Amino acid sequence: MAFIEGIIQYDFLQKALLTSVMVGIICGAIGCFIILRGMALMGDAISHAVLPGVAISYALGINFFFGAVFTGVLTAMAIGFVSQNSRIKQDTSIGIMFTAAFAMGVILITVLESSTDLYHILFGNVLAVRPSDMWITLAIGLVVLGSIYLFYKELLVTSFDSVMASVYGLPVRLIHYFLMALLTMVTVASLQTVGIVLVVAMLITPAATAYLLTDRLSTMVFLASAIGAVSAVIGLYFSYTYNLASGATIVLAATALFIIAFVFSPKHGLLWKKISSKKKQTELANL
Amino acid sequence: MTHALAVENITVSYHGRSAIEAIDLTLEQGNILGIIGPNGAGKSTLLKAILNLISIDSGSIKIFGGSLKENRNRIAYVPQRNQYDWDFPIHVMDAVLIGTYPSLGIFKRPKKSDKAWALECLEKVGLAQYANRQIGELSGGQQQRVFLARALAQKADLFFLDEPFVGIDMASEGMIVKLLKDLRDEGKTVVVVHHDLSKAKEYFDELLLLNKQLVQFGRPAEVLRPEVMRKAYESELAFLFEAGVN
Repeated sequence: MAFIEGIIQYDFLQKALLTSVMVGIICGAIGCFIILRGMALMGDAISHAVLPGVAISYALGINFFFGAVFTGVLTAMAIGFVSQNSRIKQDTSIGIMFTAAFAMGVILITVLESSTDLYHILFGNVLAVRPSDMWITLAIGLVVLGSIYLFYKELLVTSFDSVMASVYGLPVRLIHYFLMALLTMVTVASLQTVGIVLVVAMLITPAATAYLLTDRLSTMVFLASAIGAVSAVIGLYFSYTYNLASGATIVLAATALFIIAFVFSPKHGLLWKKISSKKKQTELANL
Repeated sequence: MTHALAVENITVSYHGRSAIEAIDLTLEQGNILGIIGPNGAGKSTLLKAILNLISIDSGSIKIFGGSLKENRNRIAYVPQRNQYDWDFPIHVMDAVLIGTYPSLGIFKRPKKSDKAWALECLEKVGLAQYANRQIGELSGGQQQRVFLARALAQKADLFFLDEPFVGIDMASEGMIVKLLKDLRDEGKTVVVVHHDLSKAKEYFDELLLLNKQLVQFGRPAEVLRPEVMRKAYESELAFLFEAGVN
């Protein structure tokens, strides 16, 4: 296969593969907490909100990681501030703030005439991953996975029962913003691979697929990571072989895996539900 | 012995409208208190105020003679059942195990002894055989028992339960009441928000009848008198009379 030969032969493809697999893993892991907290829209918002940060970073000549995290977390806080201090509901607040941040980003990139290619930031260009991008992704991956490992207990209880968590003294709001910070970092790590617009798919789709396959959070985190990684490999294969945008192929690979789980999952799949309800009907008929 | 709970003159309001006004309450240790009252009387609000889940406008709350902060690890809270996402990917055993988290502190994971203790608590509510089921697969009564098991796992001295008997079967209700009475007999204190008046006399040692303000606080025999109840339920009764029910 040309893809495998390419990986052995080309340094850039190796970097692309490594980076996108890492992105698949960390997006899958953090995505579990995002979907269980009902924050899918928040994931979309934060990923868009890093754009102005990226633009400013390029203009200042610093690594875009810092600017992205800054505007991402700032937007998360603005969303929280508006929904807590007015009658505006959370999803409305998200809609207002992230579009504002995104629009600001578009203008900043134009005004600053940075060398940044807006198209690549929006849709990713994994085949142009530089070594520094790869190292940033690796560092972010370690921070994110390490945080999930260390704070697994706290993330579990605040996701499942935030009321109990605050009664026994956990700083629930701080943990929320901590998760937002991790989410922002994951978005930054995914910029090269899938781009801002499609990051939310990598956060949600593998996690949702895993959610259909297991009834245990710890298993779900591992499964989602594996599914994210597999999607990345399949997607990169199609991107390389047919010369397609990597972000789009990776996301569609994840979607395909989701559809398979949606139909065939042993416990929560469509097919199984049909069969078990049929079984019940015949059982009742035989009574 | 210090009071389990001493509430002095607390008032809570939402958006400028008061939900509870000037509530006073002292509760000795080793009692089961029922908080009763009509819909919208502020029962859950009072509970949330005591647990500092909402802020109070005025007044003071003491738990075991100190602040909530100082006594967090002596408190267990069982929220209303509709608070939970029953599709959450968690097994019954892991849900009970959460009860050991407060004493573990940050970074530490439950050890074997914690798991054994959680299983013991699950046995107390008669659900050990369901340890590896997803929580949504249980019936309402069983789910409520799981969260009581979690509260037991917290080894608390003061328990708060918000409407634990809503929508559950009689067997589960009986079991929960028995376990609460066992706790009381061990000297623990239990506070239950409750809205079914019919069994209030059998279940509780003390009753607090609430209708935004405190209507009556005392032994069930003092509270469950027609002239006292009328004061709290007057508006609902008026509605019934208007509807022609006599």
